[in-house]
Amino acid sequence: MNKTVNQKAWFFVIPVFVLVAFNAIIPLMTVVNYAFQETFGNNQFMWEGTRWFKQILVSERFHAALGRQVLFTLIILVIQIPLGIFIALNMPKEGIGVPICLVLMSMPLLIPWNVVGAMWNIFALPDIGFLGHSLNAMGFDYNFTQQSGDAWFTTILMDVWHWTSLVVLLSYAGLRSIQPAYYQAAEIDGATRWAVFRHIELPKMKKVLTIAILLRFMDSFMIYTEPFVLTGGGPGNATAFLSIDLVKMALGQFDLGPAAAMSLIYFFIVLTVCWVFYNLMMRNESKS
Amino acid sequence: MSKITLQDLSHSYLQSQNKDEDWAIRNVNIDWQDGGAYALLGPSGCGKTTLLNIISGLINPTKGKILFNNVDITKKNPVERNIAQIFQFPVIYDTMTVFENLAFPLRNRQIPEDEINNKVNEIAEMLELTSTLNNRASGLTADGKQKISLGRGLARSDVNVIMFDEPLTVIDPHLKWILRSKLKELHQKIKRTMIYVTHDQTEALTFADQVVVMHDGQIVQTGTPVELFEKPKHTFVGHFIGSPGMNILSCQINNGSVAINGTRIETSNSKIGISNFSKIELGIRPEFISFDKKGLPVKILNVSNTGKNKIIETESDGGKIKLIIKAGEKVPEGSAFLTFKKDYTYVYGDDWIVEK
Amino acid sequence: MKKFKWLVPTIYIIFLMLPIYWLLNMSFKTTTEIINTYTLWPQEFTLDNYKKIFTDSTWYTGYLNSIYYVVLNTFISVAAALPAAYAFSRYKFLGDKHLFFWLLTNRMAPPAVFALPFFQFYSSVNLFDTHVAVALSHCLFNIPLAVWILEGFMSSVPKELDETAYVDGYSFWKFFFKIFIPTITAGIGITMFFCFMFSWVELLLAKTLTAVAAKPIAATMTRTASTSGYELGLLAAAGSLTIVPGAIVIYFVRNYIAKGFALGRV
Repeated sequence: MNKTVNQKAWFFVIPVFVLVAFNAIIPLMTVVNYAFQETFGNNQFMWEGTRWFKQILVSERFHAALGRQVLFTLIILVIQIPLGIFIALNMPKEGIGVPICLVLMSMPLLIPWNVVGAMWNIFALPDIGFLGHSLNAMGFDYNFTQQSGDAWFTTILMDVWHWTSLVVLLSYAGLRSIQPAYYQAAEIDGATRWAVFRHIELPKMKKVLTIAILLRFMDSFMIYTEPFVLTGGGPGNATAFLSIDLVKMALGQFDLGPAAAMSLIYFFIVLTVCWVFYNLMMRNESKS
Repeated sequence: MSKITLQDLSHSYLQSQNKDEDWAIRNVNIDWQDGGAYALLGPSGCGKTTLLNIISGLINPTKGKILFNNVDITKKNPVERNIAQIFQFPVIYDTMTVFENLAFPLRNRQIPEDEINNKVNEIAEMLELTSTLNNRASGLTADGKQKISLGRGLARSDVNVIMFDEPLTVIDPHLKWILRSKLKELHQKIKRTMIYVTHDQTEALTFADQVVVMHDGQIVQTGTPVELFEKPKHTFVGHFIGSPGMNILSCQINNGSVAINGTRIETSNSKIGISNFSKIELGIRPEFISFDKKGLPVKILNVSNTGKNKIIETESDGGKIKLIIKAGEKVPEGSAFLTFKKDYTYVYGDDWIVEK
Repeated sequence: MKKFKWLVPTIYIIFLMLPIYWLLNMSFKTTTEIINTYTLWPQEFTLDNYKKIFTDSTWYTGYLNSIYYVVLNTFISVAAALPAAYAFSRYKFLGDKHLFFWLLTNRMAPPAVFALPFFQFYSSVNLFDTHVAVALSHCLFNIPLAVWILEGFMSSVPKELDETAYVDGYSFWKFFFKIFIPTITAGIGITMFFCFMFSWVELLLAKTLTAVAAKPIAATMTRTASTSGYELGLLAAAGSLTIVPGAIVIYFVRNYIAKGFALGRV
């Protein structure tokens, strides 16, 4: 669409700008403020320069939390994206099954995040939870509050439960936008099922999959509430992802300076990854 | 390459069928001769795409059989039928180059790579795609993409039939003409059976040797463009083909002769006893009507000039009549008399031509 | 192969429903049954947990608080996003692309980063522990999302519609409210659904910004879990009830869901 140049359009954007700036810029400035200074309360600040940043960047605690976070996000993406696509490919295309699938699959997305954590806590408890009880009955030594491996397993399973539907629904929307003629032509050309997926479905889903990967990356990288309620970051620090560690530092230990510096580094990582990924996808787009 | 026969073919998209309207197509019987250029013409919703998809095997007919060279292939899938189909919207594989697109159906059939190379180059040459062979197919214009779709059909040398489902819908008007002549030229070169589905009479009449007209799920007439014009077998063919279409007038039968409110009209097919029809009509094309001193009295309603001709709209006792005269001829004022050319005037009973 | 296609979504849905069923199952059990035995369905079916929630004001006001700020946020987000999305979809202006990207970056900010500054900021403007504070803070991620979705829908409306209206003598605002908004009702519905959803499920900010007066139901739950020990049945009942508004909203927009998730941009 050809857009006309109209500087007055800024007036339309002002409400949004004010509301978001109100929420984003002022608190962000507070964070920046803390990140470069040391405070002893009473509004006394001392300039610290980049000391907190240096301290965070070399701290083992940060490296460990970042490592756990990256591993978690990678596992989540590797499981949820293919699984979501696979389920979307097998969804019914018409009939009563469509609304049933859509409604039921959307359910986890609309449950408050701490309820998700609480629900999985109850579900996975070894003594009274269905999952924990069943696994132990089958002979597995399962206890997510004691064993870090089990805690990881449970957290990942919970996130798969919580968010795979988002990938399914996005992929499904992408698949639905494919003209039937494409399938018919492929059938006539003698294409295999794999070729249909590789050369028709996957290219047509590219846009929605970009959105899905971006959203899943952002949200899993920022995950806080669900694991906090489920495991509290434990046992030990086994599931203390970046957000959990950050809140521990900021509110638990009141190390505001390092916490603020860590916040900024954290935000910067998310921003960079999203920006790079988005540009890669878009450059590919314009090339073709 | 083969002859295609459709026997008593009917198809419905509904689970149960109670009335005629429940059928998308009904009682279709037709032979498509090997190497012919056919057009399947009809308004949207008349069942032509359904018929096409039944031939290609994308739809299983509710009733009836499809034979290729007298062999029943009704139960075979599209690959086994070995046909090619070009759709309304260009279907290309975005991720592949033009070359890979054209090679795709061949590779799926495990044809040796050097043979594929030769074939693709030959097809690209024919469709003037050689210079773009290594480009991404998704970067091409709509007509370029449609050429690729066509090329994928032509690449296989043994296809039984190539079918076109309104292939020029998304093509710019000035390119439509070029692509259409290209198709005609291709048909003459490769002599493959082609079926061209369209709702546009110009496209159908210029492409095809034989035009099949469909209406409400039935085939109403098959014939050359001239036959369809000069002797429509159904009133639908009469007014769908031609511009303006055939005049259909209400008339009466008295002692074996046809009259419109007392004025006797000579027709080419009224010599038989016409009785058991619920509706009797008379059809005459505007091209075969002229002004005269006597004949059917009419009132002149409207004159429009198309440049070369004048189209005159008149009102008679049998209904509105349009006629075409040369631009130079004089149009009478107010009221006038019309005469019809006898050989092109037909009587229709219940919409079908009354045969001798 | 094709015959068993339905198995995949079926198995997936069963997997999705199991934890929800378990939560419901717990909510109908008595505390003694929960602690002493392991049962697949309630042996002593009880509604006591629900009764407690509907009669105890600390519980049900939490519920009302949540609904209050979620609705308020949905309204603010959509109302502010409508003109902005129109501007982005129709006009070029100084800094438009940067502004759009900046808006989206706010969707990328980890809420944990903002929790403490938000607390200080909203306290300093005397909005702490009000519904407005939570509704405003959720604008941080809901407005960018709303602008993004609405822009997608608006871009798919041909510009000729605007021009025809002006030719017909409509003023801008008359056109906007009488013609434009009705044509994108579906888009607005989807946007509201998403705003509702993200505001409803968010807890970190909502909890940080409230103490008593505007405390959300979900936060009441965490407090109960930690203070009054093992009242699992009550917790489960409260959790089950938080699913209800979402389920109702989904039911109403079920036909738009697939389309909405594509954000009008496929």
